[in-house]
Amino acid sequence: MSRKPYVRPVSKTGWWLKHPRYMRYMSREVTCVFIGAFALLLVCTLERLAKGPEAYASFIAAIQGPMSVMGMLLVLIFALHNATSWFNVTPKALPVQIGEEFLAGKYIIGAHYAVWAIASLVVLFFAGVI
Amino acid sequence: MTQLKKRMVQLEVLRYDPEKDTEPRFQKYEVECNEEWVVLDALNAVKESLDPTLAYRWSCHMAVCGSCGMMVNGEPKLSCHAFLRDYEGVIRVEPLANFPIERDLVTVADDFIDKLKRVKPYLIPKEKKTIAEGEYKQTPAQLMKYRQFSMCINCMLCYAACPEYALQPKFIGPAAIALAHRYNLDSRDGGRDERQEVIATDVGVWECSFVGACSEVCPKAVDPAGALQQVKVASTLDWFKERLLPGGSK
Repeated sequence: MSRKPYVRPVSKTGWWLKHPRYMRYMSREVTCVFIGAFALLLVCTLERLAKGPEAYASFIAAIQGPMSVMGMLLVLIFALHNATSWFNVTPKALPVQIGEEFLAGKYIIGAHYAVWAIASLVVLFFAGVI
Repeated sequence: MTQLKKRMVQLEVLRYDPEKDTEPRFQKYEVECNEEWVVLDALNAVKESLDPTLAYRWSCHMAVCGSCGMMVNGEPKLSCHAFLRDYEGVIRVEPLANFPIERDLVTVADDFIDKLKRVKPYLIPKEKKTIAEGEYKQTPAQLMKYRQFSMCINCMLCYAACPEYALQPKFIGPAAIALAHRYNLDSRDGGRDERQEVIATDVGVWECSFVGACSEVCPKAVDPAGALQQVKVASTLDWFKERLLPGGSK
């Protein structure tokens, strides 16, 4: 009897549509596009700032239109999704063992949220918002 | 004695005969089952009463041996652990995804076995002892460090769920790396450097993009995704230690 194993084809582009868990994964991965775009915007802002106060002021005025604000809101939503989805899996990557027990994941996740909140407050403080 | 509730169950099973077929095809069966049965029982009923040619692997019938992994309605499952009461309508049964089909529901597991060998999933003692010198001792806390990862039964469901493995078959994959990690975490073991050469590579943990599907389908709650991320963290620390600590470079 001869062997003739059959290899099932795999879709290189449509595999992630096959299961909700793959779509969830892709929703996390796609956030990098929006965060990358915002990082580019920050680089452009710095470049304008280096050119002087007038160049900076005109650039800031140019990105305050409704479309820009909508775009930034979209980036914020994706950034929140990125941060929360990564925070929620940190106990897997960074387990904390105390004696014979492991620290419950909620404390590790909670610590990340706490650091996030403190970092946000510090940024808002230096930005003069609070 | 209470009469067990029975119902007719419809199965749609992927069949492949390498001597006759050029590609797999679905075959429908309808068989009387007890409501308490699992998918494996339904397949056994088909084989006993309808079609003795149906081929599939199984052994323990108690989610321990890891032989009866199949796709049940598109989800990697141990068929001895997939209860009929949880399914309505036609139940579609296919061989484990991402592995070549040998015949019907039997897959070719050679690739996984080869990868398992490569990661040296056994104790490589830090210091060799003679029997006269006594056993290698371990505290309960040291045991707990790796215990979860030692629960793997090599059922390969994690490979069937992993899209990275589907797209890049060279990937060492979830179970093999989780087992390597299990021995790396063992206080009695001294083989980490040998395993790192296999798992801390671009076909090892760095091929994993943390989809997490492996842990979702694991029937023994091993959490291979966790193991892979921990190997990434440890390998990154190695990289920094090699470059930043005095005498750290190889």
